[in-house]
Amino acid sequence: MSAVMVDVHGVHKSFGALEVLRGVDLEVRAGEVTVILGPSGSGKSTLLRTINHLEKVNAGWISIDGELVGYRRSGDKLHELKEKDVLKQRTNIGFVFQNFNLFPHLTVLENLVEAPVSALRRPRNEAEDTARRLLERVGLADKAAAYPRQLSGGQQQRVAIARALALEPKVLLFDEPTSALDPELVGEVLDVIKDLASTGTTMIVVTHEIGFAREVADTVVFMDDGVVVEQGPPAAVLDAPQHERTRAFLSKVL
Amino acid sequence: MSSDTITEPATRAVEDPAELKIVPTRHYARWAAGAAVVVLVAQFVHGLATNPVWEWNVFRDYVFSETIVQAVWVTLQLTAYATVLGFLLGTVIAFMRLSRSPVLSTVAWTYIWIFRSIPMIVQLVFWFNLSALYEELGLGIPFGPVFVSVDSNTLIGTIGAAVIGLTLHQAAYAAEIVRGGVLAVDHGQLEAAAALGIPRLRQIRRIVLPQAMRAILPTAGNEIIGLLKGTSVVYVMSIGELFYQVQVIYGRNGRVVPLLLVATAWYVVLTSLLSVAQYYVERRYARGADRTPPPTPLQRARRFVTKEST
Repeated sequence: MSAVMVDVHGVHKSFGALEVLRGVDLEVRAGEVTVILGPSGSGKSTLLRTINHLEKVNAGWISIDGELVGYRRSGDKLHELKEKDVLKQRTNIGFVFQNFNLFPHLTVLENLVEAPVSALRRPRNEAEDTARRLLERVGLADKAAAYPRQLSGGQQQRVAIARALALEPKVLLFDEPTSALDPELVGEVLDVIKDLASTGTTMIVVTHEIGFAREVADTVVFMDDGVVVEQGPPAAVLDAPQHERTRAFLSKVL
Repeated sequence: MSSDTITEPATRAVEDPAELKIVPTRHYARWAAGAAVVVLVAQFVHGLATNPVWEWNVFRDYVFSETIVQAVWVTLQLTAYATVLGFLLGTVIAFMRLSRSPVLSTVAWTYIWIFRSIPMIVQLVFWFNLSALYEELGLGIPFGPVFVSVDSNTLIGTIGAAVIGLTLHQAAYAAEIVRGGVLAVDHGQLEAAAALGIPRLRQIRRIVLPQAMRAILPTAGNEIIGLLKGTSVVYVMSIGELFYQVQVIYGRNGRVVPLLLVATAWYVVLTSLLSVAQYYVERRYARGADRTPPPTPLQRARRFVTKEST
């Protein structure tokens, strides 16, 4: 069995009085695809955002490839890292947003080149070569000079995936990558993610696409009310759920 | 829907519906109002050209005279310095105000509050009398020894005092304009930049500010044009800018109206140039905002001409 890439340990997160995550534990092994399912408000997006420290946790810790995210441990204390160091850590963690969040004033190519050049100090021409290769991989080689708003939603999301890949991250996080898309555009984005899965990219995908989970996931995690209710291989969780809450959710979405 | 459910029109003079002629509404009232306005404008232009009070010959003598051209140059310099320095300082203050540090944001808030509260002319006279306030300006350790000090009047001449006054005044307004622009940028943009690990300053310079510019520019254009005309208040400091020189000349020769016309003409020309510049700068920052950017007036005119000629 491969090593643990993402380790989420006893994570709690509150927004004011509202406790969104109430002790979440999760292990993701290198090269595996984990799909997180659950009703809205169950905390799945928040969990994903704590993994790259877009949200700070109130308790617990997260590590990527053995390195704590957002903190430095000395003795029994966790010291918060400086923003500069957090930003450096994030280059190991690709994040794909529901609303793409491409930079609208930059061309597709500039969107892909920006972070490698400014965060990783890669030479520009090298970064541009990588960017073009990635655009080809997501089937958008001819759109390098276009601006994001000139693309369809599905194309924009594929650019966003290529932008995340440009940093060669250790893990890719997807926050409902197809929820903002028209139904006929969902397929092209899922195809790109499937392609990545087949090449052994470590991924955590929050989604409502049960079919995708069944086909691609190594592990399906079902969350509700801020905790992991059950997890396991897709066949077990989707076809023979052990918990009443999982059954109730699946009966609504299947 | 099948065609047999459509009821046929009562009259069937023309067989093909595409052949029915469309008669546009006649706008008689609009035409009458247009004619009346044209007459009024013609009267006004005629008055401008023929009324001897305007003294166009005096206008011609002075509009490109050395004194006036030099005064225009001073006006432009004051505007340029105050714009650049004002917006630089304003941007710093805007980000101080947006900062999570309560000290920085309070100081920024207070700065804006004070400098928006003092009329510019009052502030300018203050700076003009700076040497009365602080005879010497020195560099040293705060509340400790002073290493170098200079006489404040030699360090800050009259023009310097004017630039400082205009800059500090402008910065307070610029800060709020920049802050408004930054707040208008979608929060997801900052999240995406942070998720990609882009360094903080680079996030601001490369991601936030260029997008904020779209909201900043229209108001900033207003401010710069306001500043150009606002430089005329520094005449109270006897600086040889446009309005001051015009006053000096008509104080001597008594030709008030034509010389005010000289100043007016220059202000209009300079403002027009700024407006054109603003149009193109706005266009540049609109890159990516439209699927197909609209043609510039020049492009449109060229297209119109070429279409006519072919």
